[in-house]
Amino acid sequence: MPDSQGKIRVQCEVNGKAVSFEAYPMERLLDALRVQMELTGTKEGCGEGECGACSIEMDGSLVNSCLIPVLQAEGAKIRTIEGVAHSAQLSALQQAFLTHGGAQCGICTPGMILAATNLLARNKNPTDDEIREGLSGNLCRCTGYTKIFESVVEACHTRKREQDA
Amino acid sequence: MRAFVPGYHMETPPTLAAALQRMASEPSGWKPFAGGTDLMVLLEAGKLPHRKFLSIWKIPDLRGIAASSTHVALGALTTYSEVRRDELLGREFPLLARAAAETGSIATQNRGTLGGNIANASPAADTPPALLVYDAELELVSANGTRVVPFHGFWKGYKQLSLHEDELIRTIRLPRGTHGWTHFYRKVGTRRAQAISKVCFAGTARMEGGKIADLRISLGSVAPVVLRATETERALRGARPTPMVIRAAQEALAREIVPINDIRSTAHYRLRVAQNLLAEFCETISA
Amino acid sequence: MLLLCAREFFSLLASGDLDGERPPVSGEQRQGVPYNDSQIIMGNLHIGKSVLRKEGREKVTGRARYVDDIKLPGMIHGVTARSPMARGKIREIRFGSGIPWDEFTIVTAKDIPGKNCIALLIEDQPCLADSVVNHPEEAVVLLAHPDKYLLEEARRAVHFDIEPLPAVFTLEDSLAQTQIIWGEDNVFKTYQVEQGNIDSAWSSADFVVEGEYETGAQEQLYIEPQGMIAQASRSDGVTVWGSLQCPHYVHKALVRLFGLPKERVRVVQTETGGGFGGKEEYPSMIAGHAALLAWKSGKPVKMIYDRAEDMAATTKRHPSRTRHRTGVTRDGKLLAMEIDFTLDGGAYETLSPVVLSRGTIHAAGPYSCPNVRIRSRAVATNTPPQGAFRGFGAPQSVFALERHLDRVAEAIGISPEELRRRNFVREGATLSVGQVVQEKVQMGKLLDRALELSGYHEKRARFARENQNNVIKRGIGFASFLHGAGFTGSGEEYLASEASMRVSQEGKVQVLAGSTEMGQGTNTVFAQIAAEALKLDCEQIEILQPDTSLVPNSGPTVASRTTMIVGKLVETAALTIQKSLSDAGLIRSEYTQAEFQNACRQYIERFGELKALVKYQHPKDLHWDDQHYRGDAYGAYAWAVYVVEVSVDMRTAEVRVEDFVAVQEVGKVINPVLAAGQIEGGVAQGIGYALYENVVWQDGRMANGQMTNYIMPTTMDVPKIRVYFEELPYARGPAGAKGIGELPLDGTAPAIANAIASATGIDVKAIPLTPEKLMELLEKRHA
Repeated sequence: MPDSQGKIRVQCEVNGKAVSFEAYPMERLLDALRVQMELTGTKEGCGEGECGACSIEMDGSLVNSCLIPVLQAEGAKIRTIEGVAHSAQLSALQQAFLTHGGAQCGICTPGMILAATNLLARNKNPTDDEIREGLSGNLCRCTGYTKIFESVVEACHTRKREQDA
Repeated sequence: MRAFVPGYHMETPPTLAAALQRMASEPSGWKPFAGGTDLMVLLEAGKLPHRKFLSIWKIPDLRGIAASSTHVALGALTTYSEVRRDELLGREFPLLARAAAETGSIATQNRGTLGGNIANASPAADTPPALLVYDAELELVSANGTRVVPFHGFWKGYKQLSLHEDELIRTIRLPRGTHGWTHFYRKVGTRRAQAISKVCFAGTARMEGGKIADLRISLGSVAPVVLRATETERALRGARPTPMVIRAAQEALAREIVPINDIRSTAHYRLRVAQNLLAEFCETISA
Repeated sequence: MLLLCAREFFSLLASGDLDGERPPVSGEQRQGVPYNDSQIIMGNLHIGKSVLRKEGREKVTGRARYVDDIKLPGMIHGVTARSPMARGKIREIRFGSGIPWDEFTIVTAKDIPGKNCIALLIEDQPCLADSVVNHPEEAVVLLAHPDKYLLEEARRAVHFDIEPLPAVFTLEDSLAQTQIIWGEDNVFKTYQVEQGNIDSAWSSADFVVEGEYETGAQEQLYIEPQGMIAQASRSDGVTVWGSLQCPHYVHKALVRLFGLPKERVRVVQTETGGGFGGKEEYPSMIAGHAALLAWKSGKPVKMIYDRAEDMAATTKRHPSRTRHRTGVTRDGKLLAMEIDFTLDGGAYETLSPVVLSRGTIHAAGPYSCPNVRIRSRAVATNTPPQGAFRGFGAPQSVFALERHLDRVAEAIGISPEELRRRNFVREGATLSVGQVVQEKVQMGKLLDRALELSGYHEKRARFARENQNNVIKRGIGFASFLHGAGFTGSGEEYLASEASMRVSQEGKVQVLAGSTEMGQGTNTVFAQIAAEALKLDCEQIEILQPDTSLVPNSGPTVASRTTMIVGKLVETAALTIQKSLSDAGLIRSEYTQAEFQNACRQYIERFGELKALVKYQHPKDLHWDDQHYRGDAYGAYAWAVYVVEVSVDMRTAEVRVEDFVAVQEVGKVINPVLAAGQIEGGVAQGIGYALYENVVWQDGRMANGQMTNYIMPTTMDVPKIRVYFEELPYARGPAGAKGIGELPLDGTAPAIANAIASATGIDVKAIPLTPEKLMELLEKRHA
């Protein structure tokens, strides 16, 4: 039997709720979210921090949860795809992904929406280049990105309209 | 996830002193773990032989960007995102900001650190070429004290650092005074974003009367370490960058670098591109 | 609005089907509406509208459940231990120390209850290697345990003693038969297509142009890796849930593997995160593995591949080599096309004969040529078997053809577009396999439109001027092509697909089909078709999750057939339901949704249930000769011209796609957002195929099996893709629609190659054209 170290208890905030779970210190935050916390919206696409399917927000920053050991999530404020909509109300971005074909098979979509949400939080009116750069860490094999791009632009317009109103 | 995760241990030392104490008490027992963007990839692949890590991510002494009249000091835990956001760095050390912007993705930039990039010692690292042309120094700290070393020469060979087992990189210091220099950076990767570099070229030069008064050139991915191309610099220092001079410098470069064939690219391609980027650098500084 | 034409009505009368009073016997097929009427239901309720994706809300909120999101009580995990060697005899399997092996379920070939094979076209591929291995990563041992981490330690502790045998790694070596590694001659399949009298045609040609072209392997790279959950026992049979495109393929394979009767095997598709053909045949393998572990352990087993395993062990696009020899008159009329087309199929046959078939039939393109000879073959190598990938043989042969024709044009001294124009097929002309084109083809018009939208001529002239003194050279190029929708020749007839429909008392309509949603929009398009035919809201239509215990076999979700073939079955089923209600006097020709619901309630009260089962009927006017490989290869073709602008940085040989115009004629666009999404996504995959996606082989193994090193395009690598549709409704498609899913993979890479040739003057003959290869070609030219 290989040598095993003990588990630790981690406390943090996920989607506005305090959570507490047990895990090995270098277990991936991705696995803690999906298994211990049963939040399966965050996906594994590559396990090497390349595809962005596991993107979440940690203390306001976009990160790949497959590269975070749970020990370092202690005390963090985390947002996953489950925390993007306000109960039944989709965010402007989610709504735009729906109307503009931003999601096809949907596996990259949670990470893509986190990345786009994070981009718009940092930059209300991104240029085309800024949108491309903001999403360049999220790979999509289905859409060729055109409709994802259009969804983000649409969400910007919606939010501007809501602000002006 | 190929690793036997239960076999790994990580602790969070509460202070820098506590971390250094741990490392001193058990030589090569504990390794520092910063943002994890390199180490976690190895863990996932089942290729992380070391088992005990100290999470230094939150240690405040290792963070922050401070400027004095002579130097800018970056904490080793400065992330690429923090580098990109810093106005002074963008003004005086633009290649560092450029390099940070071309490393990985936004998500990687939020967790990757300068110290981690240096400690990982990959010849394909993106920020070290910028650090080299800016004559960076490293402040290394251990339970026994502090020492400052030039970054140039810190990497002794492929993945070999002059870092003692009980030492941490605390600060990266950049001497100020880059006014009047032209800065050039180009990374040629496998694609336009999230790419490992095939060739990375950083160069700075100060021109006087059409001649190159002084310059620095550094390349990544063309040698076992990120390289200061001192021979190539010699071929250009004091000269007017005419086509003949550039050709001679390209030949010097060919002698100085040792690009290889690997999974991403070929030795020949790397050589050609390095030489072409050198020419582009010379054209840029002449303009 | 429903148009029921007079001819159809009278034929129904004649057949005596209008007996609405007779209660349907359970299981009876009410097919009151002829399937193959040559008349299109042209609706405007939902057809042509960008109806929201049926499962879109689940996808944007992260609630969609993919296989790895599912947990069953008592579930344990499974992994596969694989051969490190390309070819050899297994002498011993050793289980290393330090692992509590008694806690593990261990499965080898000996544990297989039925036949040790993954049944597909033939049964040459073992489920688990027994005494020999024929490719790196071939599965040998399966392990299961509740602890995922311990499982990885255990996997590392399984060692194989394999006595190596000489292996074959290239198409050339396989043809040369340096070793016989499969069958008697390494050849899975050959085809020969002949038209006219090619041997005597050469003498009439003013120019004869030759060329050899190569394409590399391509990894499907669905972002959701392969995964299955299985539950199995002697008493309950076998059930699997997983990421897959073809539930009935998996069903057939499991029946054979376990030796069970059909009713005791059940396959359920979970939400699938991309397939592109990579989940056409491979899921049968992983399902078999998970099921064997479940069978032996008595527990549900989940098996999810990580990316590295998925890349290294599963199917890829067949590498190809094509040789062209073309005779033309000085006016640019094609006189003779001789094509030699070879595919590398990997270690076992899988679907190679069918990939070869499609590649062969598409090899001569949308052109009229009186004399054609196409000889093709798929050969074996000791690499993991290649398989289906969107396009399925056509991207390979179309790359060669479209690149070659630009070179032919150059040789004669006419423009590439003029060469195409002078040879495009028209209605009534014959394609290379002898199919007389029945459609109103407008290739010339598509070409005009594509060239205009892309600013082709202006750019071509401008680039020629500006390139001279520029280190960034620009080029613009195009490809003109077609893609046959549906299974080739008698394939659809053989598939005999079925779909059914059931209506509840509340008037909720259920579509039951084996077709799968994997992002391309099956669920939404089926709902639109059914809702249109029944004049209901799309929300009234439910698409049942594909479950072989519930839905009929609608054939595989491949070959650009789902909308065109199965969608038509759905449409017919809806019309049959409608007819049942009207025959019973419960609705009139116009009705509201409330009236429909009321009618359903009454019908079910009276007759017990309201359903329809529709079987595919092959059009009587389509004839295919399997022996001579001639005739009507496909019911319909989509036609396209793609134009691409590139920039080439001469310092680094990096190519950037700057602008992309995709013009295609597709019959009818049922859902504009979904249809455009298919083209855009396919073009991006084609850009990867042409420029970035390089599989590095080392001793038969993919050496760059990580996303860091196998490069697919990011948002920064793909421009906005401009998509334009033309519509000439196809009578046999639902609402006139033809298939489009694979089309973009055919024309993208050759258009890029032609653009690079235009920018640099380099004779591009192989893809992927990485910067390293382009640099080499540039230097060779200077030397």
